[in-house]
Amino acid sequence: MKLYCLSGHPTLPCNVLKFKSTTIMLDCGLDMTSTLNFLPLPLVQSPRLSNLPGWSLKDGNAFLDKELKECSGHVFVDSVPEFCLPETELIDLSTVDVILISNYHCMMALPYITEHTGFTGTVYATEPTVQIGRLLMEELVNFIERVPKAQSASLWKNKDIQRLLPSPLKDAVEVSTWRRCYTMQEVNSALSKIQLVGYSQKIELFGAVQVTPLSSGYALGSSNWIIQSHYEKVSYVSGSSLLTTHPQPMDQASLKNSDVLVLTGLTQIPTANPDGMVGEFCSNLALTVRNGGNVLVPCYPSGVIYDLLECLYQYIDSAGLSNIPFYFISPVANSSLEFSQIFAEWLCHNKQTKVYLPEPPFPHAELIQTNKLKHYPSLHGDFSSDFRQPCVVFTGHPSLRFGDVVHFMELWGKSSLNTVIFTEPDFSYLEALAPYQPLAMKCIYCPIDTRLNFIQVSKLLKEVQPLHVVCPEQYTQPPPAQSHRMDLMIDCQPPAMSYRRAEVLALPFKRRYEKIEIMPELADSLVPMEIKPGISLATVSAVLHTKDNKHVLQPPPRPTQPTGGKKRKRASDDIPDCKVLKPLLSGSIPVEQFVQALEKHGFSDIKVEDTAKGHIVLLQEAETLIQIEEDSTHIICDNDEMLRVRLRDLVLKFLQKF
Amino acid sequence: MDPECSQLLPALCSVLADPRQPVADDTCLEKLLDWFKTITEAGSSLLLLQENPCLLGLLCHVLKPQDLSPRVLAFSLRLAGMLAAQEDCFQYLQQGELLPRLFGEAGPLGGAAWTAPSVRSGWIQGLRSLARHPSALCFLADCGAVDTIFSLQGDSSLFVASAAGQLLVHILGLSLQGAAEGHPGLQTGDWPVCAQKIVSHIEESLRSAATPQITQALNVLTTTFGHCHNPWTQVLWVRLSPLVACLLEKDPVPAAHSLVDLLLSVARSSVLSSSSCGLWETLAQTLSHLSPTQAGPLALGILKLQECPQALRAQAFAVLLQPLTCVLEATAQAPGLLDSLDGTGGASVTVDTLLPSKAACVGLLCRTLAHLELLQPLPQRPSPWPQAPLLGATVTILRLCSGLATPTSDAGGHLCAFLVGCVRVQRAALDFLGTLSQGTGPRELVTRVFAVLLEYLTSPDSSPTVLKKAFQATFRWLQSSPETPGCSDLDPHAQLFLRELLPVLPKRLCSPCWEVRDSGLEFLTQMIGHWGGQAGFRRALLASEVPELTEQLLRDPESYVRASAVAAMGQLSSQGLRVTPASPEHPGGRQKSLLAELLRILSTDSEGFPRRAVMHVFTQWLRDGHADVAGDTERFVARVLQVASQDLDWEVRAQGLELALVFLEQTLGRPSSHCPYAVTPPVAAPPSPLAQALRPLCRVQLFEFAFRALFDCDRPVAQKSCDLLLFLRAQTASYSGPQGSGSVPEVASVEAALQRWQAGDQGQPLGYLEPEVVVAVLRSMDLEGLRGVLAESSDRVEKSPQSLLQDMLATVGALGEDEADCY
Repeated sequence: MKLYCLSGHPTLPCNVLKFKSTTIMLDCGLDMTSTLNFLPLPLVQSPRLSNLPGWSLKDGNAFLDKELKECSGHVFVDSVPEFCLPETELIDLSTVDVILISNYHCMMALPYITEHTGFTGTVYATEPTVQIGRLLMEELVNFIERVPKAQSASLWKNKDIQRLLPSPLKDAVEVSTWRRCYTMQEVNSALSKIQLVGYSQKIELFGAVQVTPLSSGYALGSSNWIIQSHYEKVSYVSGSSLLTTHPQPMDQASLKNSDVLVLTGLTQIPTANPDGMVGEFCSNLALTVRNGGNVLVPCYPSGVIYDLLECLYQYIDSAGLSNIPFYFISPVANSSLEFSQIFAEWLCHNKQTKVYLPEPPFPHAELIQTNKLKHYPSLHGDFSSDFRQPCVVFTGHPSLRFGDVVHFMELWGKSSLNTVIFTEPDFSYLEALAPYQPLAMKCIYCPIDTRLNFIQVSKLLKEVQPLHVVCPEQYTQPPPAQSHRMDLMIDCQPPAMSYRRAEVLALPFKRRYEKIEIMPELADSLVPMEIKPGISLATVSAVLHTKDNKHVLQPPPRPTQPTGGKKRKRASDDIPDCKVLKPLLSGSIPVEQFVQALEKHGFSDIKVEDTAKGHIVLLQEAETLIQIEEDSTHIICDNDEMLRVRLRDLVLKFLQKF
Repeated sequence: MDPECSQLLPALCSVLADPRQPVADDTCLEKLLDWFKTITEAGSSLLLLQENPCLLGLLCHVLKPQDLSPRVLAFSLRLAGMLAAQEDCFQYLQQGELLPRLFGEAGPLGGAAWTAPSVRSGWIQGLRSLARHPSALCFLADCGAVDTIFSLQGDSSLFVASAAGQLLVHILGLSLQGAAEGHPGLQTGDWPVCAQKIVSHIEESLRSAATPQITQALNVLTTTFGHCHNPWTQVLWVRLSPLVACLLEKDPVPAAHSLVDLLLSVARSSVLSSSSCGLWETLAQTLSHLSPTQAGPLALGILKLQECPQALRAQAFAVLLQPLTCVLEATAQAPGLLDSLDGTGGASVTVDTLLPSKAACVGLLCRTLAHLELLQPLPQRPSPWPQAPLLGATVTILRLCSGLATPTSDAGGHLCAFLVGCVRVQRAALDFLGTLSQGTGPRELVTRVFAVLLEYLTSPDSSPTVLKKAFQATFRWLQSSPETPGCSDLDPHAQLFLRELLPVLPKRLCSPCWEVRDSGLEFLTQMIGHWGGQAGFRRALLASEVPELTEQLLRDPESYVRASAVAAMGQLSSQGLRVTPASPEHPGGRQKSLLAELLRILSTDSEGFPRRAVMHVFTQWLRDGHADVAGDTERFVARVLQVASQDLDWEVRAQGLELALVFLEQTLGRPSSHCPYAVTPPVAAPPSPLAQALRPLCRVQLFEFAFRALFDCDRPVAQKSCDLLLFLRAQTASYSGPQGSGSVPEVASVEAALQRWQAGDQGQPLGYLEPEVVVAVLRSMDLEGLRGVLAESSDRVEKSPQSLLQDMLATVGALGEDEADCY
């Protein structure tokens, strides 16, 4: 069993598991932090961004000044943003049989894999994962395609040139493999390969293994996966949460008794407690708005935003913010808000029961009804006529490199009354803000990451007791900035095996058993014999038939009755030996009693020698030697067949036959 | 006993003796016993029995084999014991062999009823009451009760087991009362048989290998030494202390908690601690043998002792400080701090052994901090008190809990992993840190204290309860920071801290969690109360958003927050710290609006807390002569009293009376001292004739408010009003105004209205009253009588024994009726 690790990002994993005869890709995450190296794509022409000076080498050489721009001491690539794909060279991706998706954030690289690698298999995911994943992809494509950029920079990627660039461009990895965003056509084609599954549904893969998604409690439709054969069980835990937010709670019990547990997608901010962060978010929002400032919340169109809107729903009246408009701007805002209300079966119990009242499970419906929350596909159109300040705007993309957020950063960045509140933990807020410097706007960092923290992981591992844990290397040591925090790493016995990008792990576990079915008529013919209380044995002669990874014992073909001619068949045609079988023997020979028996039968002058493997009984008079070992008995005598048979019969008296 | 009760008693006894009429509620049996107890304590039990033969009948009756309820049986046993407490009555009962039949083998002891814990408990309590005189001891010996008590020590019911232990102590004390008192030198070998038997039993238990038996013995001894300080206890200790010392040689020490209790009980006993009977050595030995968790309470107990050898105190303090020493060691603090904490100088304990797991570490640290917090204010606390190392350790713990500390050692890393985010330890450490503000510390450490407090107040991860404690500790530290000499302002250090703190406060006041908003406001109110007059604080506060946010919180959805906001606004306004944009057209316009806003809350708020808070603020404003109030005091008082009189919350009405009293004092002059024996100067003549002085009170309708309150359905309001009116009558005693004939009919109509009010019909208002009428009405009212009635508890009628007996009979009667209905 092997694990091929194609992504180095612990929360955007992409691993391939070879198990029995199957090749299973676990998640297909896309690392978008590469876009932080690029200049933002402004929706409206930005004089500031277009007038940034080109970057030149120390010696004044300015051959890169078209590709690289300088802003407040940082250098950015002036080109269409590109993404860092999972490793494609480590394993032939056309051999992947299935891809299992655990949540909508972990499928963003799917079009790159399914459309460009010769992949012919099936993708499995739950319905909300597919629908919301589609929204995220649609938004991404829309954000990038609606701001066409003529220029595509590639000169800087040359290894010799990259070495000369300042950090972080200099240290960016595998820039040559970075790719531009996929198209909507590719998205549609990729999504058409997905087969929908429900929690606890058992899916057979070629009869060899069975895969089952389980609720992971992190997002709508998010799942962990169980991959099991008859005697082996691998659990894949990715992006799980034990907090009570909107999704169905995590199913922990089914993860028990795993041989291997692959653990990814833990919280990216282990030191921040989501409750505290929500409090921080609300207080800062209220303080800004009270002072007449606007609040900008860069976010994804689905996920934490549902919980934030729910918190605000309870908070705005108490904070006297009832008259402040909340805007949600995204090409998929409407679909996201509406989809969330129809996936009742994937929601937590509280929200599910609301549906029977009937009430919308999320209170943002009421915010929309009362005109407190308004949503728009883009800042063009209706939004510009409705726009009223001070206000709160939720919009993407959290990287601040594309989407409507770029416009609001440019618009509000100059006033210290306004605040940008970062709630998504995927991007470093300082790096995200770099191309907007100098910035007068207040910046608040309240990352809300509901995924498992290390305390919860250690409780989980204690409860489910896997034999081996496999995780990204980042989880096996404290974060570099807090090297003393021994609590911020996975602590389990035996120690977790770690992996990094482009590594192949041989999983430390051997397969020992295989299940073989026995046909009823064959089973009928067996004559078991009890050799110990509770243990019976029977001999069986059969044909082992293997097809589709299933093994069946079938009765041997009947021997064809010898016809008139007694001509012997050729050896190769010989059917399995059907002559009367000699009985099988079992048991052990107690030496002392055996010697007594020999004496009784007239043998004298018997000597017993102990050997490493058993005993040797010497009958000196008869010049005969009986060698008794654990699994064999030899009678060595000189051409005295009568004697040998007598001795053999004596030996057999001590053994059971069947 | 009342004749009425005597008449009811036979019926009750027959009801109790009748198994077909079960007593539904055993609280009435308890009340009945209480009543009998008062009777027997006041008079002769024998007489009681003779006058009420039904009682004896009941006691005899319960002995007959029948299905009597365990409650009645237990009641009878206790009653018998209570009666037999007097020796003559005991003899009387003995004549009929009643007592052996009740308490001996032949009684419930051998029967099926014994399985009920209440019967066993009744048996013990009966004997406990009975054992008052030497004859009782003989009786106990004769009926073999002591052996039964021994076995009951291990009873499955904890109440029974504990009562059995106490009974043993009582019997031991009783048996030695006569014998040993006369001869303090008497050795145990010469003690009465009964006492010897008990002592041997204790010895046997102490030698036992079973921990429960050892615990029982230790508990009996603890009670003995705790309650009895006769010289014989010393003899007992001398005999038993070697056995107790033997327990320390076992590993682990059995029943450590009980052992600690015993040793502390012995140490507190004046008879024992003053003599040299090896007590201090045993204590020292115990301290070193017990585990740190078990030794903590012992160390605290030793340190609380008034007199104790210095060496032992030092050892106890070192044990108590061990966990903190460990923390300092693991986090590699300056060695100077370590030396002063590690009192013993002996082998230092490592984190691994002392704080091996998260649960152990958290528990031990919390206990240690709590113990030190208890110790800090005591006069006998160790001296010199290691203020600086304790501060250092507490700050370090707080930093470890918040993940701020960066320990370099492995041990520190483990501690950090155990403590990060641990709310329990955070709370305990903040409490202790607050207590430490009573002492001083080196400047550098105080800076660290303020830094860690600020960190807790800022951190989004601080839980609401932790935050509240952080606010409390901050206030205490600010309070204790020295004022700059010659200038009534905070010291520059605290000023600097305030400058950093005030930006944090607005965020807390906007928190979605109401507990946080509430504790933020409470803190603010305290701060303004303390430093509202100081220029530096005023400047910083006015420059922040705090005053404005506080005003907005008057409309908070949570009533507790509104109440706190009201209090804070009251303070802000009193100190002139409300933000009022200078506007020439509306000078003080916004100030007025606060009064209006508070009146709005008083008249419309649906919850009691904000309304009570408003009344407190108004009373304070009136007392201080707040500018808003001073302008038109009469109108203000009239309005407030009018609203308060209609309030459904009695505390608001009571507070209204408080406000009325303040107004009264201001109008008529201060009341004389409340102390009846104080020498009072002759009452200063009112500035104007009394009638004129009373007129403002009449105008604000204070009397209507007070009279209404006098007949209030809530007793505290009525009492308060009665006191106010009595004070007023005293003030007007000298008044001899025109008692003109014209006013008489008016007085009569007021009196008639008041009678209707008293009867519960408060619909009709009194209208404007002339001062003369008020004085006349006051004089005609029996206020003293009313005060007497109000002073009695409201259940005085229901509590009478007669009522109890009637109730019990009625309940049984009602049960009977139900049965009849069934047929």
